[in-house]
Amino acid sequence: MSAMIEIVGLGKWYGPTRVLTNCSTQVGKGEVVVVCGPSGSGKSTLIKCVNGLEPFQEGRISVDGVSVGDPKTDLPKLRARIGMVFQHFELFPHLSVIRNLTLPQIKVLHRSADEAKEKGKRLLERVGLAAHANKFPGQLSGGQQQRVAIARALAMEPIAMLFDEPTSALDPEMIQEVLDVMVALAREGMTMIVVTHEMGFARKVAHRVVFMDEGEIVEDAPTADFFVKPRSERARLFLSKILQH
Amino acid sequence: MFSNFDFDVIIRSLPYLFYQGMTFTLLLTALATLGGIILGTLLALMRLSGFALLTVPAAAYVNLMRSVPFVLMIFWFYFLVPYIGQWVTFSPRPMQVGAFASCLVTFTLFEAAFFCEIMRAGIQSISRGQVAAAQALGMTYPTVMSYVVLPQAFRNMVPVLLTQTIVLFQDTSLVYVISVTDFLGAASKVAQRDGRLVEMYLFAALVYFVISLAASRAVGLLQRHIAIIR
Repeated sequence: MSAMIEIVGLGKWYGPTRVLTNCSTQVGKGEVVVVCGPSGSGKSTLIKCVNGLEPFQEGRISVDGVSVGDPKTDLPKLRARIGMVFQHFELFPHLSVIRNLTLPQIKVLHRSADEAKEKGKRLLERVGLAAHANKFPGQLSGGQQQRVAIARALAMEPIAMLFDEPTSALDPEMIQEVLDVMVALAREGMTMIVVTHEMGFARKVAHRVVFMDEGEIVEDAPTADFFVKPRSERARLFLSKILQH
Repeated sequence: MFSNFDFDVIIRSLPYLFYQGMTFTLLLTALATLGGIILGTLLALMRLSGFALLTVPAAAYVNLMRSVPFVLMIFWFYFLVPYIGQWVTFSPRPMQVGAFASCLVTFTLFEAAFFCEIMRAGIQSISRGQVAAAQALGMTYPTVMSYVVLPQAFRNMVPVLLTQTIVLFQDTSLVYVISVTDFLGAASKVAQRDGRLVEMYLFAALVYFVISLAASRAVGLLQRHIAIIR
């Protein structure tokens, strides 16, 4: 597998506070990597560095051969090729569901309105929300909004997808519908980095699990190994806490 | 008590009051609001840009405008704009600027400072997550602003913007200082000519009151209509 996303020696500070220390990992094409760890461990910051939403001071990240930290890199152009799904969905509340899907296609990819709409409708159908195309985000449930957000990212035909705790803000009964979409996506061979506490999802589709604590990557192991015999004490402790039910 | 008042003077002067006076007042209000919102939004974007080269002049402008009496500004511009025009165009004589143009420039520049602060609050009311989401989709700064942030900021701020417009509508009466005839000016002229001060000023007050009240009610209705569904 060739590395689609490569993170080497990543370090980041917020002012004097160090939030990421020497993080290195890579994600191959078609690989699904779950990032987990206690809150405040830098998971979200790490994936926000991948598409340059967060600047970093040390190390380098390259996505499909393009260096993210290079000031000469056209970040908007790079970001258009990386889909991102946020904890709080971040649909544009003033636009209808279908407009949420077509606006970026038209403004960023310069697709025609008809083409964008066609594509948008197909993706809404795929996430099971075709009937809601003309509603506004505020009229949908959290799970539905997150599925729209995934469809919006997919409409850009990304080469990789980043998920930043996509189910953390959802009511328990809505988590599954979002995970189902993500599982289907993973099985189709999408390259994915998923920050999540959903260990069931990790077990099901992740190729590797990256465990972070205090801004460091403590463990980076194939999924089976991580769950069966985590090497670090911190990972063991974390797993025992979240898997006790 | 009203026995020796002549309310007929109002009827007789209605065409003059409304065709000349009110047309000027409304036109000035509408154009200055439009210009003020456009300029104010640009100022707000400057203030929020994070570049000292843009934030400092914008902040200085807003603070200057807000700390000078408006009447003084109207005066000042009326006498100064012809010379600025002369200077800019290298003309040998001061530029001919009509009273209306002068008022429009003054009101636009002055109101822009207030609209700037309103739009700034509006832009800041949009969560960083919205900006991040738009950026993550590959949108550039101008696209993020024009399609994601400003439309939402504008809608959130419509009530405040329109309330400011109502204040502006009332402030247009200050053009009397440069002898321009707005609605109040027209009423005032008739009042002095016919010696019917009480009648005319009562009527003028009533008209301002009715229009302002109706406008603020309309703002309330509009607000419910355009609110973003959350």
